Amino acid sequence: MTAPAIELRNISKAFGPVQANKDISISVAPKTIHGIVGENGAGKSTLMSILYGFYRADKGEIFVNGEQMDIPNSQAAIAAGIGMVHQHFKLVQNFTVLENVVLGAEDQILLQPSLEKARSLLQELAEGYELKVDPDALIEELSVGHQQRVEILKALYRRANILILDEPTGVLTPAEADHLFRILRSLRDEGKTIILITHKLREIMAVTDTVSVMRRGEMTATVKTTDTNPQHLAELMVGRSVLLRLQKEKADPGSTVLKIDNLCVSDSRGVERLKNISMQVRQGEILGIAGVDGNGQSELLQVLGGLATGTGSVEINGQELPLSGAGSDAQARREWGIAHVPEDRQLLGLVMDFMAWENMAFGYQHDERCRRGPFLMDIQSMQDYCRDKMKQFDVRPPSITALAKNFSGGNQQKIVLAREIDRNPDLLVVGQPTRGVDVGAIEFIHQQILDLRDAGAAVLLISVELDEIFSLADRVAVLFDGRIVGERVVSETNEGELGLLMAGIAESPAQAESRAISVTA
Amino acid sequence: MNKLPKWVDVALIPFINLVLALLVSGLVVLWIGENPLHAMQIIVQGSLGSAYGLGYTLYYTTNFVFTGLAVAVAFQARMFNIGGEGQALLGGVGVAIICLGVNWPHWLLALPAAIVAGALFGAGWSLIPAYLQAKRGSHIVITTIMFNFIAYSLMVYLLVNHFKPAGEMAPESAAFVAGSHLPSGHEALGWLGINFPKSPPVNVSFIVALIACVLVWLLIWRTRLGYAIRAFGLSETAASYAGISSFRIIMVSMLISGALAGLMAVNSVMGEAERLLIDSVQGAGFVGIAVALMGRSHPLGVLLAALLFGLLYQGGAELEFELPSVTREMIVVIQGLVILFTGALENMVRLPVENYFIRRKAGN
Repeated sequence: MTAPAIELRNISKAFGPVQANKDISISVAPKTIHGIVGENGAGKSTLMSILYGFYRADKGEIFVNGEQMDIPNSQAAIAAGIGMVHQHFKLVQNFTVLENVVLGAEDQILLQPSLEKARSLLQELAEGYELKVDPDALIEELSVGHQQRVEILKALYRRANILILDEPTGVLTPAEADHLFRILRSLRDEGKTIILITHKLREIMAVTDTVSVMRRGEMTATVKTTDTNPQHLAELMVGRSVLLRLQKEKADPGSTVLKIDNLCVSDSRGVERLKNISMQVRQGEILGIAGVDGNGQSELLQVLGGLATGTGSVEINGQELPLSGAGSDAQARREWGIAHVPEDRQLLGLVMDFMAWENMAFGYQHDERCRRGPFLMDIQSMQDYCRDKMKQFDVRPPSITALAKNFSGGNQQKIVLAREIDRNPDLLVVGQPTRGVDVGAIEFIHQQILDLRDAGAAVLLISVELDEIFSLADRVAVLFDGRIVGERVVSETNEGELGLLMAGIAESPAQAESRAISVTA
Repeated sequence: MNKLPKWVDVALIPFINLVLALLVSGLVVLWIGENPLHAMQIIVQGSLGSAYGLGYTLYYTTNFVFTGLAVAVAFQARMFNIGGEGQALLGGVGVAIICLGVNWPHWLLALPAAIVAGALFGAGWSLIPAYLQAKRGSHIVITTIMFNFIAYSLMVYLLVNHFKPAGEMAPESAAFVAGSHLPSGHEALGWLGINFPKSPPVNVSFIVALIACVLVWLLIWRTRLGYAIRAFGLSETAASYAGISSFRIIMVSMLISGALAGLMAVNSVMGEAERLLIDSVQGAGFVGIAVALMGRSHPLGVLLAALLFGLLYQGGAELEFELPSVTREMIVVIQGLVILFTGALENMVRLPVENYFIRRKAGN
């Protein structure tokens, strides 16, 4: 029997009082794709960082190909044949692909021989594994999917036999993700061992041979992928049964709340990020905006939330909303009955060094509830209110004086959501509501959004997670390169169709026409 | 999770910083051939050991409270106001106009007028840097420090061409009207039947400084404006999400900051010199930065840090007098070391202390 490619025995690691990894043992068989799933904060990244030499374990042993190893830094990891593709790429933007591949692994003082060597290797790999990238292209000119391939090539150039990928599909379209999976499979078939860290159960099912589940720093199970299913994995991750997709009533839309016509938004550098988009959202329905990150979603949120200016026309309940100048700031948006759950709660939605009660009133500090006299805050009332809301939204720990940064992602999001939903907005604009949120809290957050819809609010949901669009939205529009390239009724479409739209493969006129007929009919 | 006990944050860490600064200062004293313990004794004795010394210490403290609060308020909005010097100088001009232009019947009338004028002139001197930051993004550090230099030159111009009585040589104004004389420590404590020496310059402005501490505390932690200022200071992006106008916060916080710096003139110009001098600030604007840093931008911390620096100023003067080998420059070095350890090197002590407490907490 061959030795496992990686074997970790009784690894423990603590950061202060937080036990990130508790007595973890795992064995990864060679020539397999081994998935590691777990919620945020379950300890996946810490474990891989120990394996890659970023952290040292407090306790435990590491074996690579049956030999005990000490991995004090990433050079040692590379020497042991371990390569890592980080979630956030570590590439020099204005270097070429070749230069990036060679960077840090040059054979000698002169660069040219290394570049030539890399070029021929790249050629080989391109043929073998569908890892095609133009070696002379600058990184900044490449799509995200291609940049990721460069990261993989970097690891392979350093003779990695064991490849760790940390959340590799977060920034990819479904088609790019499928391509990545094909690459991974062919790498495995050529004898590489791959460890895939993700929180997306669908990917685990699609590509792995074996899957290990982590929860709160412990390894709770290792199973063969063919012996399990998403529901089962989710339960292992959370430690209780969860609903992956909520039951929802059919939407009963009322009058139009949000009507957008020919909206254009440019960023600070003058690049047009939204190009003549038009859409409508009615009372009691959720319009999902699907698309790969960076195709104009942020700008749409910002202009509706009063953080960016735009041109065109936006109507709320039939009244023209100012898109620039006086009355277009975030404060005014709230007075229009627009609540905004921003896509980045740590940057926008919360002041991380404010206490929970201060954050619970954030943006609404001029409300009657928060004021005492012309200048003072009514701290007592703000704190009572926060206590109520934290109870109602099951925010843990239920401490109103804890700083926002000391809550987990899910609990931070609950604070933002509690605050925004409580004002009974006519329109809720919500961006990536469950990004970085654990599975248990996702269910709760989704339910809150559905409840708001059923109470008659219009909801504009922007999400890069198709799963989320499918479980919440009634209709879906796809953003690609600042344009809406298609709109569908959610119950009448599928991931494949949306995936094509997200990749910018526009529908043919004939299709559009037939759809238009079916809608009018 | 990594929450420190509050006393560690506000008391222990500054204390360790101070001890370190004093240790290094002791080495400096040792190096020039004096006994550090003796020097220390002179500093403490000279600043706190007598009513006379205390009177001077509290006078300096009053100056540093105003400039420290000025920096602290701006810090809350993450504005680094280096311009305390200039704003305090201009505050002096405002106070001088009030105290020269009106024949005040009683100081109780002159004081509020001087407070308003000092604050207005101080705020006025921060107006242009604030506007440039808020509208054009010109860095506040650069503009306020440039405005210090402009203020120095402006003072020379104003004193020589406008304030200097005809025929006088010294670039200083005439003495203020008698009715604007603020009760000194000697007079004020005399009402209470306490005997306090005549010469120390401490005066009722000290009370004004204490009131300013309370008001700043109310502003920052109890008002909605303070809430907005803190939100903006902690996260500019989140503030914009909440609809807090960055223009408004930068302007308001810098104007309040300038006003507080300007108030220093009530103590130094109106209370002590009783005339406008060419350099009424004497570096207090810069000391205010160290005071705010050490006081962690909290009014109580500012008060305590101002007291410490007042003590160092007065004790340092005594030291210079008692030990001829300790020169004026040596005192500046020691004060500099305190600033270095309490301000710039704060994290050097903070991280190990934090780790110690986190580990201790994890242990039980």
